[in-house]
Amino acid sequence: MADNSNSNDNDVNSFQKQKNKEEMQKQLITFALMILFTIIAFVVVATGVMDGMFVIPVILILAIVQVAFQLYYFMHMKDAGHGMPAVMMYGGVWAAVLALAALGVITWW
Amino acid sequence: MSHDHSITPESMPNEPEKATQEGKNKFIGFWFFLGGETVLFASLFGTYIALRNSTADGPTADELFGLELVFIMTILLLTSSLTSVYAMYHMKNNNFKKMQLWLGITAILGLSFLGSEIYEFTHYITGYDFTFRSSAFGSAFYTLVGFHGGHVTFGMAWLIGLMIRNAKRGLNLYNAPKFYVFSLYWHFIDVIWVFIFTVVYLMGKVG
Repeated sequence: MADNSNSNDNDVNSFQKQKNKEEMQKQLITFALMILFTIIAFVVVATGVMDGMFVIPVILILAIVQVAFQLYYFMHMKDAGHGMPAVMMYGGVWAAVLALAALGVITWW
Repeated sequence: MSHDHSITPESMPNEPEKATQEGKNKFIGFWFFLGGETVLFASLFGTYIALRNSTADGPTADELFGLELVFIMTILLLTSSLTSVYAMYHMKNNNFKKMQLWLGITAILGLSFLGSEIYEFTHYITGYDFTFRSSAFGSAFYTLVGFHGGHVTFGMAWLIGLMIRNAKRGLNLYNAPKFYVFSLYWHFIDVIWVFIFTVVYLMGKVG
């Protein structure tokens, strides 16, 4: 580290800066898609264009896709070195599905 | 300030949040916490889904909810998620001032969300007499949405605390993990809100 004395201040090299910039552009596209999914979900419900039977699965799928974007892009789960976070999150999701299934079943039956 | 090069190196590494052992531990530990939070919120969502029609002749979801305010709140929180991405972008470029600026915008958006939620709850209580004790639906609703609102409140205190405490320190390998972990927390708050606006508000309107 001490050999880098030619780079005067604590600056990031231009290659890394370019990479960060490209990453930020991907994040912006992700954000645009998330806004789009949100608007679709609200419009579908507010206008009532879709049959009641289909609306719920459609908005749930939109929510799951949007959350996947949030986790994989905004929270960087797509990047290398995120094996443990994936284990934690999928572990949590697994327990969450069990909890939802159990509470759903006791009221449905 | 400090001339300790183990914390303020000559050139910042690509991922300052994971450059130290402490940073790596915080990263793993925080994801462990988020996995636990997932289970916590799942139990609250499950309870809400089970009780959402038990209105005890009180107001129903369809009568109460207005989609306009919920849409505004969703956009506020979603945008604040993007602004914290911008903050982390500037952190990786070692630009402390811009990071603080975007964190400040995140805080303003978060506080606006919180204000809207307080307005929403007061509206239900004064306009519809819909409280925590009105019905099982009321208890489940205020527990789930209130728990999320509590997380937002805690996040705001955390963020403002971080910004003030580190204002004069600048960015280094000691506080970079702190900022990064906060951004993870903030994104997770948005993850929960996506399910709240879908399951509570939109599904409440569909019936």
